[in-house]
Amino acid sequence: MNEPPEVESFGPVGEVVAASTTEYLTQCRALYGAPPLGTLVKSEGHDAIYGIVGEVATQSIDPGRRPMAMGRHDETSEAVYKRNPQLTRLLATEFRSVVVGYRANGTLHRYLAPLPPKIHSSVFQCDLDEAIEFSGSLDFVPLLLAAPFGSQDDIISSFLRAASTAHPDPERFLVEAGRDLANLLGGQFQRLNGILTRLTS
Amino acid sequence: MTDGLTQDPPRHLGMVVGGSLTQGVEVRLDTAASTEDVKVGTFVSIDGARMRFFGVVTEVSLGASDPTLATTPPDVSNPYIAQVVLGTSAYGTITVEPMLTMGDPEDPTVILDGPQPAKTVPAHFSQVAQASELDIEQVFGGEDKTRFWIGSPLDMEARLCLDLGEFVKRSNGVFGKSGTGKTFLTRLLLAGILQSDTAVNLVFDMQSEYGWMGYSEAGNEVKGLKQLFSSKVAVFSLDEESSRRRGLTPDYVVRIGFDEVQPEDVQMLRETLDLSDVAADAAYALQRHFGGKGWLREFLSLEGRESLFELANDIGVNGQALARLHNRLTRLQRLDFMDEGSSHDSVNQILTYLDRGMHVVLEFGRYGSNLAAYILVANLLTRRIHERYVRRKEQAAGRTSDEPRPLVITIEEAHKFLTPAVAEQTIFGNIAREMRKYNVTLLVVDQRPSGIDSEVMSQLGTKITCLLDSEGDVNAVLTGVSGNRKLRTVLSRLESKQQALAFGHALPMPVVVRIRDYGTPDSYRELGFKDAVELKAQVERDVEDLFGPLDG
Repeated sequence: MNEPPEVESFGPVGEVVAASTTEYLTQCRALYGAPPLGTLVKSEGHDAIYGIVGEVATQSIDPGRRPMAMGRHDETSEAVYKRNPQLTRLLATEFRSVVVGYRANGTLHRYLAPLPPKIHSSVFQCDLDEAIEFSGSLDFVPLLLAAPFGSQDDIISSFLRAASTAHPDPERFLVEAGRDLANLLGGQFQRLNGILTRLTS
Repeated sequence: MTDGLTQDPPRHLGMVVGGSLTQGVEVRLDTAASTEDVKVGTFVSIDGARMRFFGVVTEVSLGASDPTLATTPPDVSNPYIAQVVLGTSAYGTITVEPMLTMGDPEDPTVILDGPQPAKTVPAHFSQVAQASELDIEQVFGGEDKTRFWIGSPLDMEARLCLDLGEFVKRSNGVFGKSGTGKTFLTRLLLAGILQSDTAVNLVFDMQSEYGWMGYSEAGNEVKGLKQLFSSKVAVFSLDEESSRRRGLTPDYVVRIGFDEVQPEDVQMLRETLDLSDVAADAAYALQRHFGGKGWLREFLSLEGRESLFELANDIGVNGQALARLHNRLTRLQRLDFMDEGSSHDSVNQILTYLDRGMHVVLEFGRYGSNLAAYILVANLLTRRIHERYVRRKEQAAGRTSDEPRPLVITIEEAHKFLTPAVAEQTIFGNIAREMRKYNVTLLVVDQRPSGIDSEVMSQLGTKITCLLDSEGDVNAVLTGVSGNRKLRTVLSRLESKQQALAFGHALPMPVVVRIRDYGTPDSYRELGFKDAVELKAQVERDVEDLFGPLDG
């Protein structure tokens, strides 16, 4: 949680292949090239739609063909890929992002965009400044808590942990975020407790 | 004294989340405010949309947003979790009794009207803060000629003032179990009345601790009224020797003649002398028989059972009862201040001093431990002073004389004078009931308010009570007060020293007071006392003012 964030300008990590107002599915440019769980991503363009990575999956591009075990003896996975370069073409990594906000005419909104991103839009990982700007308010957290897939509590704790490292005072950020969560999860104390425990360990 | 503190902004506590006028307003505490910082009895101000409310904390409780919190508490050894959960999922609430509304401070009519009793509650989510010193001053008024600083609210340095002008208009009570500071408080009140000139005092000083000097709980000497305000206080004594032993020359030595005793005085002594109703009532028959004055002298001069039984036959009273009455009343002969003389001037002397605006403290000296003597003297003198006041008040109504100065009579062990059995008939009961009609009021000092007639209790204008722990006493003090149940919590949590709950006519709302200091040189100076050095400087200044600077 305390590792310094990468401060490079990110190229597109993938392309939208399925989209709805609440979530979008991105296929990564590179196999295993998905941003980690809880990462803030956005679709291309000035009116970006922000999402938080909630589920990452790698599978065969042909749903009818299931990958088979290919390792011989004590071969490492690296050796398997080296020996079968076609694998990087037959498999694909995809991630699903929960829509948490959008930008319209330069203004950031932390609620659902009126329309989903277009298919084949490029998806970028947000840089540090954008992550700080976006996590300036936690108004979007209810969207995460109601994410239709994945483990919402893990998504939120991963996001907060990642976002905290971008803030100048991570502890303060986490305490304030925790209090916001506590208010949102008023009647669900055990759930809150679970998230808080994840944030500290 | 308060300059350094007024700079601090009042501490924000939380916001209104529910409640009612009768049950009090529920306030959820902020994350930053711990229940440990808020005490029952603390003043708070609530900023409503159009009005400012002023209230008092009556209950502090703990709440949780989720009931499972109690069954499976979080791991608070993890500081992060503790920090997040406290104040959010697990929070403190306080109940605030809205007492007064202060209206829009911009509105000039509001300032003229002053605070009004609260008849509604602030809206949801109104912000609640600890009352500032300015609020206290707005509510209780600043210190001035008739507003006497009696102490501070809990945890504040602001000066809380009692409106003595209103205070002396009615009879008042000071209660508390022994050792809680009743005497200190009473001495302060007397000093306040004395300074403000709102009334003259007559103190029946049972333990001789108001006049010249008294002792604090710690055993230190404290100055009495005479030492502080020698030109305005006269000390009368029943026991000259005792006064002199304590280094004081009494202004007058009080003596009482047997002829001055009335059957009514005997009624008052019934309990103390353990007399039956029949025996006590026999005094009336005796007075009729012997005719007006002198009945007691003649009765006590009888000797032997036969003559008593003979008399009993003559006046139609039970012989045993009369014998008992005779036996008990002979005790009065042992009181040195009583004699056969019939024309004592004590009442006139007291009245002369009172008329001059002097305050009179009557010391009982060694008779302080003799309850019968205390009751007899207090009752007898008060009855006659009251008679005079009634006459003069009537004359004033007929415009033949001036209004008599308002008089406050201080009695201790008041339950002995005001028990339900005798309160109907005695002069003290009358004074308490008729209020200020005749410009005479009582300051009742007592440790057992439950022993006082409830009608009298209900007539007391302002009650200031230190800690009381008997249920009956608490009930007696709080009967008929609105918010009774909540005040009870406050009253039972008072500290045993220097704290009192004050409520009634002279205060806009009930308040817990940390009584101001009395007994330190600073406290004397604050009361206007000048020691020898200051007096000398003052005289020099006066001489200079009169005759110009002294050369050489």
